[in-house]
Amino acid sequence: MSRKPLSTESDWTFDLLRDYEREIARIAEHFQLDTYPNQIEVISSEQMMDAYASSGMPINYHHWSFGKHYLSIENSYRRGHMGLAYEIVFNSSPCIAYLMEENTLTMQALVIAHASYGHNAFFKNNYLFRTWTDAESIIDYMLFARKFIAECERRHGFDAVEATLDACHALMMHGVDRYKRPHPISLHEEKRRQREREKLLQQQVNDLWRTIPGAPQDKDAALEARFPAEPQENILYFLEKHAPLLEPWQREVIRIVRKVAQYLYPQRQTKVMNEGWACFWHFHILHELYREGLVTDGFMLEFLQYHTAVIYQPPFNSPHYSGVNPYTLGYAMMQDLKRICEAPTAEDRQWFPDIAGSPWRETLDFAMRDFKDESFILQFLSPQLIRELKLFSVLDDDARDYLEVTAIHDEWGYQSIRESLSASYDLGNQEPAIQVYNVNMRGDRALTLRHDMQHGRPLDADSAVQVIEHLQRLWGFEVILESAQDGEVKSRITHSELRA
Amino acid sequence: MTFLIDRRSNPKQKSAVNRQRFLRRYRHRIRRAVAENLRGRLITEGGRGEKISIPTRDTSEPVFRHGPGGTVTHVVPGNEEFTRGDRIARPRGPGSGGSGRASNEGEGLDEFVFQINQREFLDALFDDMELPNLTKRQLSGLEEFKRVKGGFASDGAPSNMSVVRSMRSATARRIALGASKRSALRELEKTLEELPENDDNRAARAGLEEQIQALREQLARIPFIDDVDIRYHRHIQEPIPHSKAVMFCLMDVSGSMDQYTKDLAKRFYILLYLFLSRNYDRTEVVFIRHHTTAKEVDEEEFFTSRETGGTVVSSALELMQSVIEARFPSSEWNIYGAQASDGDNWPDDARRSSAALQHLLPLCQYYAYIEITQSGDKPLWHTYSQLREQWPETFAMQHISGPKDIYPVFHELFRKQSA
Repeated sequence: MSRKPLSTESDWTFDLLRDYEREIARIAEHFQLDTYPNQIEVISSEQMMDAYASSGMPINYHHWSFGKHYLSIENSYRRGHMGLAYEIVFNSSPCIAYLMEENTLTMQALVIAHASYGHNAFFKNNYLFRTWTDAESIIDYMLFARKFIAECERRHGFDAVEATLDACHALMMHGVDRYKRPHPISLHEEKRRQREREKLLQQQVNDLWRTIPGAPQDKDAALEARFPAEPQENILYFLEKHAPLLEPWQREVIRIVRKVAQYLYPQRQTKVMNEGWACFWHFHILHELYREGLVTDGFMLEFLQYHTAVIYQPPFNSPHYSGVNPYTLGYAMMQDLKRICEAPTAEDRQWFPDIAGSPWRETLDFAMRDFKDESFILQFLSPQLIRELKLFSVLDDDARDYLEVTAIHDEWGYQSIRESLSASYDLGNQEPAIQVYNVNMRGDRALTLRHDMQHGRPLDADSAVQVIEHLQRLWGFEVILESAQDGEVKSRITHSELRA
Repeated sequence: MTFLIDRRSNPKQKSAVNRQRFLRRYRHRIRRAVAENLRGRLITEGGRGEKISIPTRDTSEPVFRHGPGGTVTHVVPGNEEFTRGDRIARPRGPGSGGSGRASNEGEGLDEFVFQINQREFLDALFDDMELPNLTKRQLSGLEEFKRVKGGFASDGAPSNMSVVRSMRSATARRIALGASKRSALRELEKTLEELPENDDNRAARAGLEEQIQALREQLARIPFIDDVDIRYHRHIQEPIPHSKAVMFCLMDVSGSMDQYTKDLAKRFYILLYLFLSRNYDRTEVVFIRHHTTAKEVDEEEFFTSRETGGTVVSSALELMQSVIEARFPSSEWNIYGAQASDGDNWPDDARRSSAALQHLLPLCQYYAYIEITQSGDKPLWHTYSQLREQWPETFAMQHISGPKDIYPVFHELFRKQSA
């Protein structure tokens, strides 16, 4: 079946974009991609840098750190050290995708397929996004956040707001609920609650101020009991609810930063899958266009050149190496899954008895919906792919003065490599596990954080000290950070001793 | 459902605010860097943007993260030679291969380098400085005009014709000219209608009809539009107020002034020029050099040519006076004087130059004298010191001994007076 190609030149026009979008939408529907409505916006390179700078949000509040990012991006872009991404896509409904005006028509088609259908479908269906983010209300919420922070700046001055935001940003990674799911609420509701909270919170800040003497027999029990009763992983949430000296507006600022962190949290856990899924679909959608004769050979050659550049994995000893390329790994795994479904080998049947030979569309959909990077790799990284990528694992133990190769792509290594690679995508391993451990309720109100050392990995002392400074600013009293291994405290940073 | 939106025309630089926040946060450093950078500048470079660098540490945003140590297993692609159990020497330094997560937080003594534009450069340079006595003379020069609509006229160019106005007056004229005829016509028509149609009245009716016909013709002859109806838009020229300043650069070029001293003076003039052009729409510069006699020259000659001979300062002051009188009436211009000298003067000239400056100062907004000298006070300094007390508002003098003094001295001269 040969049809007239949609275009033969490389410059895009809005009409052509519309044509391509229509055809891509048709094919995506044919492949049963379930997406939010799309909003595709053509922007200039400067606007792209803006979008970069505001940390992946179409709207954000104002802060100097975004200005710093903008300056450094601008700097490396102008000097040609860095190309800009071809697109940025936001997890919102409608799903907003930015296309750069400099892109060729081929690139625009690629980006539409990649972002507006690939990522979009992922945002809508992956369980993490469904559980943790609310695509409908995020834009409204950010609008509220920006107005609120601007209002705070007017009322309390730039410096006060900046100091609070700096402190919150330092703890942003620890402002996430990992387990309990908050309920999405609307902008209107959010505003109403914010006013209500402001009044209430201050009244009932906490038990820290309680001066009414208790019955004498509680005394021993009170000395024993810790506050909070269970360690709290969400440090920002704890501060918002319990820091004694904060003003109401500061609690709201903490809340805003916390919300943003929570919104971005799924993205950090699904980088490989999300990119793999999007690459997989732009590859298939554009090939389908080609099969139908809607695009030319030249279009395909250009597309394949971009595609291969994106999914290129430099080997570890190359000067270009900077870790495992999530595009490569994700795309290769998605393609590999399809292969296992369509043409399984004996090895695949042994490793993946339940999916070998199953319909690929359903299997991929299942993989996309119910996994994150860590579990996805643990479940689906096949021996064949380990061989293709020539993966090997290296143990770096600071007690020894050499590195040891613990597994390579052979019979004995597959399972171990799979587990190690999966573990390296576990955010719990990437980021230090730090929890609010105790507050000295009867004495100086000192806040103790506990770092649970994993595999003996210490904190970077320099940055930890700086974060403690920020934390102290929010808490208002003494702050202590303990690093403990197996319940035994190995090291301690005490704020009041820092200046001495 | 898909929306395709062209956002390119949206205001760029959503981050402009964030950028300003960043510059605000580091304004002290930026100001220091700007002052530093000023040293290597030429007058022709004016106030272009500047590269600023700040130690990365100061701009870092700390987070809790793992430091080196402990046991980590890295999974790495591209194995070619290793088998299980191989031992590899630990690579030294950050970013070397073998380690799966090379330090991407490279936090050393690296500098965070960024570019600020011309406006930001000048803002930083002249932060908390102001022109003294600026309010006294915000005068308007009248060389530029803009066209504004100024009502309607009965003559003008066809392209300026106002159709609405013309039609309105045409209608008015038609109503006025036809009014009596139309009421007569109505009367006649009424009479005609009331007259029964029979043989008795035939003649009367014919007469009436004739009159009606005549009136109708007369009414039709009133022109729809006439020359007198046509109106034109009138435009008037309105002057645009401009504040303008003239800056007199006075420099001693006698033998005692070497190239080094001239360079110092030049840098001072650059600063003053940039500062003035920021505050005024138009800034003119007059260069006057002098030894025993003074001469008005262009910039090139001002800074390069050398003369020998003695020094008579009053010659330059008198020339400045006559230039002001001839070309820059003080009622229209904000006049600034900047004099640089090594402080030498012909002893007999002291009284005369003091008197000349006495005449000049009432005309000037501000007159700054800088003495570029390594040693102590020179004759001219003594001459001028007496004036300082008399004119504390408009006259200032400072010492400069090296390049590093220039900016602080300038800063001192134009420091914001906290009123």
